This record gives sequence, structure tokens and C-alpha cells, in this order.
Amino acid sequence: MKNAVGRDIPEYLLRDGREVYQGKNYMDGKYLQKAAPRTRRYEKPQESKIVDSIVDALRQVGARSGMTFSFHHHLRNGDFVVNMVMQAAIEELGLDDITIAATSLGEAHDPVAQYIEDGKVVGIQTSGIRGKIGEVVSAGKLQTPAIIRSHGGRPRAIEAGEVHIDIAVVAAPTSDCVGNCRGIGGKSNCGSLGYAMTDAKYADHVIVVTDCLVDFPNMPASVEAIDVDAVVVVDSIGNPKKIASAAARISQNPRDLMMAENVAKVIASTPYFKEGFSFQTGVGGPSLAANLFLEKYMDERGIKMGWAIGGICGPMVEMLKKGKVGKVIDVQDFDLDAVNSINQTPNHFEMSASQYANPANKGAFVNKLDFVVLAALEIDTGFNVNVLTGSDGVLRGAPGGHPDTAAGSKCCIIVTPLVRGRMATVCKNVVTVTTPGACVDVLVTDYGIAVNPLRPDLIKCLDDAGIPHVSIESLQEKAYSLVGTPDDLEWEDKVVAVLEARDGTILDVVRKIKPLKL
Amino acid sequence: MIPRPKPERFRLRRTMMFMNAQKPGLIKDAYIYGVDSIMLDLEDAVAENQKDAARFSLYHALKTIDYGDTEVIVRINGLDTPHWQEDIRVCVAGGADGIRIAKCESAQDVLTVEKAVEEAEKEFGVEIGRTLLMAALESPKGILNAYEICAASPRMFGVAISGGDFRKCMQTKPTPSGIDMLTARGMMLIAARAAGIQCFDTVFTDLDDTEGFLNEVRQNKEMGFDGKSLINPKQIRPVHEIFAPTEKEVIQAEAWVRAFREAAAQGIGVFTVNGKMVDVAFIPGAERTLKLAKACGMYEGDLV
Repeated sequence: MKNAVGRDIPEYLLRDGREVYQGKNYMDGKYLQKAAPRTRRYEKPQESKIVDSIVDALRQVGARSGMTFSFHHHLRNGDFVVNMVMQAAIEELGLDDITIAATSLGEAHDPVAQYIEDGKVVGIQTSGIRGKIGEVVSAGKLQTPAIIRSHGGRPRAIEAGEVHIDIAVVAAPTSDCVGNCRGIGGKSNCGSLGYAMTDAKYADHVIVVTDCLVDFPNMPASVEAIDVDAVVVVDSIGNPKKIASAAARISQNPRDLMMAENVAKVIASTPYFKEGFSFQTGVGGPSLAANLFLEKYMDERGIKMGWAIGGICGPMVEMLKKGKVGKVIDVQDFDLDAVNSINQTPNHFEMSASQYANPANKGAFVNKLDFVVLAALEIDTGFNVNVLTGSDGVLRGAPGGHPDTAAGSKCCIIVTPLVRGRMATVCKNVVTVTTPGACVDVLVTDYGIAVNPLRPDLIKCLDDAGIPHVSIESLQEKAYSLVGTPDDLEWEDKVVAVLEARDGTILDVVRKIKPLKL
Repeated sequence: MIPRPKPERFRLRRTMMFMNAQKPGLIKDAYIYGVDSIMLDLEDAVAENQKDAARFSLYHALKTIDYGDTEVIVRINGLDTPHWQEDIRVCVAGGADGIRIAKCESAQDVLTVEKAVEEAEKEFGVEIGRTLLMAALESPKGILNAYEICAASPRMFGVAISGGDFRKCMQTKPTPSGIDMLTARGMMLIAARAAGIQCFDTVFTDLDDTEGFLNEVRQNKEMGFDGKSLINPKQIRPVHEIFAPTEKEVIQAEAWVRAFREAAAQGIGVFTVNGKMVDVAFIPGAERTLKLAKACGMYEGDLV
């Protein structure tokens, strides 16, 4: 059945009330029955919940085959914990039929690919999927289609009981002996633990894995001891160098800077750019550099940013410290400047992924967002964005908060170079729709700006400000004239991944790619 | 094949950005930054044993990339090298808009290049006279001969000073006030204006010294330069901003040109606008202001 973004969704996926994507705000006003976890009572006072090993912790919480294990990705590519836990569960306890529900998976988790090939891990639910896991899933080796959700869609699915977490494993830079966790104060600091919060509240069992045990009580705790069954102390939960970069530096690439400047120009031309406006930007070259130029316009107009959200890095913390932004609310931290600031700098707060982006709750921050600046692997002439699959059709990306912020914000700006090497970024049809075009308002490229025709108000803003813009079709044609028209990808029928829209409907599917023959 | 329109001898050239002709990643779309002219370099940026590779890269770029309204000029190797003749053949065959003569010291240098250009135009079936010339003055001798250089050929559209070599000859270094090259800049400007061609200042190489760059560009404008040579896209916008006319200048220029055309139609030579006497002598300057204003997005009328 074709959905609202024109993607054909196989009927067999539409069971148990599952629907195809119907468009923005389709679920508005409907009711959600939250699923509660079944948790063990710890009535008798415990001096400590520390157990000797991950295996012991798994035994204590009754780990068995067929269970769903959840993980957060705050340690990013430095994470050791997913692999340690899977090794203990599969190789030491001999479990199989396992589903991994992670907030994101990357190259750090390449060893999991072997468990998929061996048929031990049979389900993957994640926002990001990269590295070898992406390759084996794309090759059709996972027994069930992977489920890809946005950062807001994931807590929605957990709260709705669509994914039931048997055991949540929380990698914690610091924990006390009963499991109060924080993302700072240890040797593998990551700052916010926003993605772990919903998991800890909705899982039947919670295991904390830390490499820095601190005195009780570890406050203010991001994950609270009231939800934790066991604490394991290991030598190291991750490689700090790969957890957070030293400092996110603003690009000096003239192409990035030019695009960033145009992003700021577009922002400054809209009526939302006024005292107290709200903003989120990514950490990619031109997205991050937009901060710099935006600050210039803020100074010129004598206005301040009310609040900023998102993944946070140094330049935004700098603006907070200079008093140019009122509050920063933070679901994850990308560099040490942000890690060292959260809950330390006044008005720098932590929030959960649900509070950030969940479309089914009653007050996600993205719904109050004026501007979001996002990157794209591909964007098509319908303004649909792909941030999940590469031009070869292989899973190698992450919707992350992209669909959530695009849908919630008043003005969503995509910034991307027109071509990357031989690849046309602006194309006729994206490989996978991860963010529907109706949620995307403006495209800024190095070859020109295009405004979604659904936003005549923004077109007028740009015209009034004298900002030149062109049709997205002309940008796509320019891209093809530079690098040629790409051949269509060739797929087999088998669906290897289901891409859920943030509301839980099916936005797109990724099929098994036919091996390339030359 | 991208056919380029016939080059205009006199056009807006506020910014001329140098880039190594051998770097496809740089030259493939240099026009996106909004520079008035790009200067593809076969000379100092290219290593001695890479000259041929650079020429191939240049030819390919000229033939396949649509630079649109951006002027494409090529800096060829000096006349004291074995490269310049082949450089000229490539420029003409590829259809470059103009050639920058490096280390030009005399009218004869211009004539030597002009002759080779004309031969190449015949060889490749290019309209005779299509390829424009400009000269780079890099030595005291070049400065002293500035007028004869500027007036040497109807193909000449401009002259530029090259600070690095010139300062070396003069045993000076860049100063914040610009006094190290004040005389040379002034002499070159006078010569260019006397010959009726354009005049461009040298590059500013310290990319981190934003204030120094802005000061130099402001001084360039006050001295009467038409534009500046650049080494990085981030230098473009500040130059265009500094060279932009003020709103008051634009309004005045528009009033003068409009009044002049109305008066001329009625056979009147001298007239007054807002109490100020205006005659034909004011008009070229006013038209230039309007063209500049149009390029800067400050004027949308149809007088120019």
C-alpha cells in the first residue's frame, strides 16, 4: 500500500493495527495506553547492589533467550558496553534469539554483526545503524527486519509497549553502589544521559555498568537507583577519545561557511527571528558554523536566543556563558566543552529523549522549536530527506532527531552541499524517506537556496529580504549536470528494515540490495 | 563544451580570486562564491614539473565548466620561462576571457604576449581580439613603465600590482598603513587612469588578520582601485561590502542619470538636480555607481 510519501509498503507488514504513514500530525488527539513494566520489589534494605560481573548481573535479573536488551548510545563510537554484555549473554550464558533495542549502533559495535550472522541476535531496533551491523542487515542476514525509529519515536514505542524492554543496560560514567548514575565525574564522561532515561523507567530490569564508582548518593542522578536492579563495576566502559571530541571546532572550509552564512540569512529573514527565539543545530560543518553567523545577526538586531536544544557542543555552551542564549536543554553532548558544562553552568539542563522529541507525549521540546538546522545525505525534489541509507542502498546512517525536529519546528532548514564527490545530494528520489518533505521548509546548498512551495510565507520572507532562491528541481538538474544521472538501485523483494515514522506508522522500508555486478 | 560569451573589456571587477589551475576540487565550481573574476594560476602555484598537468586541468575546466557570469582569467608564466607560449595556446584554445601577464616590465612585454595571443587565436579559429590582457607589475621597472604598459594594447583592460615580488625588490615588508607600497600604488593608479584602464591591488595573505585586511581594502577604495586580488573565498564578501556605494550615493546617481537623459532629450546640456549643477562630466561616474549598486543588490532600476 502506498503511503503519504508515495512509498509502497508491503501488506504483510500491516498487521496488528499497524498503518502506513498518513501525514504529519495524523495521530493528534488519539489516546495512548502506556505499558507498565513488571519490576522486582526490593523491600529489604540493601547496602549495595554491586555484583561481581556482567554475567552475575544477567543471572540475577533472570536473563534468558528471547529477551530484548536495551542500550543507550551516549558513549558513541567509544562504547564498550554493548559488546561486553552481548558477549556475556551469548558466549558465557549461551543465550540466543536476542533482540537489541539500542538508541543507536555504530562501528564500535561491529562484533555484534557476527552474532547476527550466527543467528544469535535476531532483532535490531535502533535509531542509528552503521558499520558492519548495517552491512549484514542490508545483506538480509538478520532474521527479522530491523526497526528504525527516530529519537522521539523510540520513547513513544517504548511507552506504548510496542517494544518491551526486558533488560536495560545503562553504561554510566559514574554510579554509586545502588545505581544512581550520572554522565559526568568519571573517566569516560559523556554528559547528558538523556537517551537512557525512558529505558530505565520502562524496562523490567535495569543493570548499571560503570567504570567509576562514587560515593552514595551520586546526585543529581540522570538514572535513579529506584529503577536499578544491579550495578557492575568494570575496568572501562568506553574509549574517552571516541566518546566526545576535544572541542567541536567551527569549520574553516569556505564552502561550509558560505552555506552557514546563508542559513543565518534565511533565519534572520523570518518573523520567528525575534527576542527569545528557539534553535537547534547539528554538529556538521555548515550546521555548526551557522551559530557563528546567527550570533552576528542577533547582535545587529539586539536580540537574544531564548533557548536551544539538541545534541549540544562547545559553541552553544559559549553562547550560554556569554548570555546570548537563556537556557540550553540537552539530550546529548558532542564535545568535552558541553560534557563539562551540563548541570554545572547555570541554565544548562539535561532532558530525556521523550521530553526532547516524543510525538505522543504532552509537551516535547521540539514542538516549541522555532528553527532547526539539519544535514542530509540526500534530499529529493519533494523535499523528502534521507539520512539512513547510502547511495548504494546500504544502511549507514541515523534518523536521530531529524524527523522529530523537522516536524515540530516552525522552520526546518536543511543545509548540504549539492554534490558529494560523484553523488548528487539533491536528487529526484531519495533512496529512503526518513523525514517527509512536508516537514522540511528550506534547503540551503552551495549552489543556491530552495524553499518548499508548501511555505509561501517563507518564500515571501526571502523575497522581502532580497535573498535569491531557486526551485529545488533546478538544483537537482544542476547536480545531475555536474555528476551525471545516477542509475536506479536494484533491490530484492526481502525487506531488511522497516523505517517507522515518529508516530509509529510505516514511513518506508529498506529492501535487500542486489549485489553490485560490474 | 561550454561556449563563453565574448569578454567585456570593461566590466565590474571588484574581486579577482586566485586559484591553482591544477586543483580540480577548487576550480570546478569557483563561481559559487560570487566573485567577479577568477584567476586560474599556471604560474607560482604550480610546481615546475607540473606545468603540463596544470595546463591539461585548465583546458578541461575551461571546456567543461559553466562559469556563468564569472570572468575567467589565467595567470600565465613569465616571459623569461619556457612555459608562456604553451600557456597562451591553452588559454586561447580553451576560451579564457583574459590573460594576466606576470612580471610585466615594458610595453614590449605586452606586445610580445599580444602577438602570441593573436597567433593562437588564428590557430584555434578564435575571433581575433577576443582574448583580453592585463598586466601584473611586480618590479620597480614595471612601475616606472606603468603608463606605456597600460597603453600598449587595445586588449588591455587592467593592471595590477603584485606585492610579494615588489616588496622584495624594494626591501620593504607589508605595513598596516600601506606606506611601503603607497608610491607604487599611486603611480600605477595614475598610469591606469591616464590610459583609461582598470587598476587592481595585490593580495592580502594573512587570513587571520581580518582587521588588517579590511583596513587595506578601505584604503584601496579611497585610493581609487577598481578591485582587489584575493586568495580565499571568505575575503570576497568584505570587499564587495566595502566597495559598495552608500544608499545616498545611489539615490544621487540615479537622479543625475535620469535628469541627464531627460535634459539631453530636450537638447539641454547643463541642468540642476536638487540645487546642484550637473553636466555630462558627472554622468560616467554616476553610471558606474549605479552598475556597482546593481551588482551589490542595491539598485534594481533599468538605467544601467
